[in-house]
Amino acid sequence: MRKPDILIRGGRIIDPACGRDAVGDVLLAGGKVARIGEGLPAGDAEVVDAAGCIVCPGLIDIHVHLREPGDETEETIASGSAAAVAGGFTSVACMPNTRPALDDETGIEFVYQQAARGALCHVFPVGAVTKGREGRELAEIGQMVRAGAVAFSDDGRGVENTAVMFKALQYAAMFDKPVLQHCEDPHIAGGGVMNSGVTAVRLGLPGASPIAEELMIQRDLTLVRELGARYHVCHISTARGVELVRRAKADGLPVTTEVCPHHLLLTEEACGTYDTNYKMSPPLRSRADVEACLQGVVDGTIDCLVTDHAPHGLQEKELEFLDAPFGIIGLECALPLYVKALIEPGLMDWPGMLKRLTVSPARVLSLAKGTLAEGADADVTIIDPQARWTIDVRRFRSKSRNCPYDGWKVTGRAVMTIVSGQVRYRLEGW
Amino acid sequence: MTPGSSAEKPAGTASAGPGNSFVWTRRHLLGLEDLSAEELLYIFRTAENLQEISTRSVKKAPALRGRVMVNLFFEDSTRTRMSFTLAAQRLAADVLDFSAARSSVTKGESLRDTVRNIEAMGVDTFIIRHPAAGAPHAVAQYSRCCVINAGDGQHEHPTQGLIDIFTIRERKGRIEGLNVVIVGDIAHSRVARSNFWGLTRLGARVTFVGPTTLVPRAFERLGARISHDLDEALKDADVVNMLRIQRERMTSQEFPSTEEYVRLFGLTRERLARAKPDILVMHPGPINRGVELASDVADGPNSSILRQVSNGLAIRMAVLFLVNQANSQDGAGPPG
Repeated sequence: MRKPDILIRGGRIIDPACGRDAVGDVLLAGGKVARIGEGLPAGDAEVVDAAGCIVCPGLIDIHVHLREPGDETEETIASGSAAAVAGGFTSVACMPNTRPALDDETGIEFVYQQAARGALCHVFPVGAVTKGREGRELAEIGQMVRAGAVAFSDDGRGVENTAVMFKALQYAAMFDKPVLQHCEDPHIAGGGVMNSGVTAVRLGLPGASPIAEELMIQRDLTLVRELGARYHVCHISTARGVELVRRAKADGLPVTTEVCPHHLLLTEEACGTYDTNYKMSPPLRSRADVEACLQGVVDGTIDCLVTDHAPHGLQEKELEFLDAPFGIIGLECALPLYVKALIEPGLMDWPGMLKRLTVSPARVLSLAKGTLAEGADADVTIIDPQARWTIDVRRFRSKSRNCPYDGWKVTGRAVMTIVSGQVRYRLEGW
Repeated sequence: MTPGSSAEKPAGTASAGPGNSFVWTRRHLLGLEDLSAEELLYIFRTAENLQEISTRSVKKAPALRGRVMVNLFFEDSTRTRMSFTLAAQRLAADVLDFSAARSSVTKGESLRDTVRNIEAMGVDTFIIRHPAAGAPHAVAQYSRCCVINAGDGQHEHPTQGLIDIFTIRERKGRIEGLNVVIVGDIAHSRVARSNFWGLTRLGARVTFVGPTTLVPRAFERLGARISHDLDEALKDADVVNMLRIQRERMTSQEFPSTEEYVRLFGLTRERLARAKPDILVMHPGPINRGVELASDVADGPNSSILRQVSNGLAIRMAVLFLVNQANSQDGAGPPG
């Protein structure tokens, strides 16, 4: 059945992939971007009035946890994708730390099947680097590539054994796939549950030193320099980590990285009330680290903005800070949080920020997405940059509620999310 | 709500001296970090008043008659529990004991469910010992009962801190201007933290001594002095508080051997001989004799170890009394 055409009229079209930033119309037809121009005729198309809004390529989050298979009470591919479109995302890449881990062809196929059955956005599975994410033997990377895995990661932990990481980079390079590394030396992190420093000492909580991140990045960069393999640092959080990536890029290494809203907005002091919604891995760091991450986004050292959306049930997050699991959810509130961190203080403009949410993440995973060029997939997000609203976790589509931003007053919101030419999300009253 | 800010209660020393107008309002005692000098001194005055009860032949006063205290212990501690139990009984309260290995609680009933269940039986105060820092703070948020922290992980052990400071004050007549040296595994010690906050608030200077691996430098930024040379630190010390060294710290490679630890940081008679003659030697117990503390020092004339234990009773009576009184003033409990 032919999808109905949609004409998005009069919005500010921002398409960083081709440097476009101009008011105009976007015509979507047959699941593709048909035309961009001014005063396009509507014909039979449904007309969406986007005056005052930003029209951009659908946002892409290359770091989410959808918990399926294994923890479907916390999230499913269907519920997680519903949260994604409500936040303006049209594509997500889901991490393989499910139960069982996505470490073979069957696991990757399962994600695609579940997505076909009920996902509201595109879901791209990331396969495990090692069998069972145990860090010992390489998983069947080649067969996972054939099944559609877009990258490889043992996220939740790093590949600790240097020889295993060397082989993983070498092997994944055969398929031109990046390895996404959770950079944390587990011995140096030493069971820490928050950043090591004055606050951890005050609270009597074991701290994870920022050098745990730095050390693993440094080691991996040595391997990347030797192998020339594609390498991506997940959820960077430290000033020294950012500096290492900056220098590696200057040296021409194929290195990319990403950052989460919480590492741009929050510091370790937030753990002061033992609220487990501030417990994540990597942990909230110091003010200097936050400043360095912001600077990294501004100067392009940090390529992508991600959420590390990590759902957990209430009963788990109600455990003591020491015992509660790491992670918070973020898909439904990420966009205004990036606005708060980057645009409101005047560090960036919309085109710069949207680049790191569209074409840059698409390039990291080699996805043919992230642009509104004619002929591109009709994945479009319409954003009201002036919308003021209050984050209310009770209204989230995610199955989980572990989010520290509940009650925050924010600005900027996705009002319509179009995936492959179909409206998958429309804000109430829109 | 603002990101990154944790709302703290104003903590500075009160401008007015500890006059009679002071009113105790806290219904929980979670740590000493938040307490003002005025509050600390008020606890001490209350403890002094209650000490008299223990000298009577019938060692009871009916201050908390009809109130129910629950020892909620998720970690073994016979002595702390006995001390709280006896303190509650001297004030004529009823005492219940709940203890559980933490593993069975983590797997089965959550802390919240445990608390809610016991609370439903009609109790007034939870005395909580828990291996996870912050556990009593969580309970204080969702319970209408008084909560007393009897040691949470590596965070605080406020009554032990109060006992130590009370004992110093009793022996030295003051806290302000004293040099207090605390020796041992500072990183993992809740006793060290509680002592540090209370002593600093009352104007003492605190020096932490121990191996670099067990004394976080971050304490300097909070106002402590740090030393790795016990002899040097003892020179101008008025008080030395020796912390118990846990055997498992050796397996985690935080120091190479017990022998080396004793050589560097153990308090021996020879070491003590070079300190001020009236130096007060303390230990929160239980002692590893021959490790952090030589036997003859533990039993010697400078030692206040047993006095700490008896003062423990008065301090815990005072704390139980004050938080319960505050709770009934809130109208949350029956009048006393």
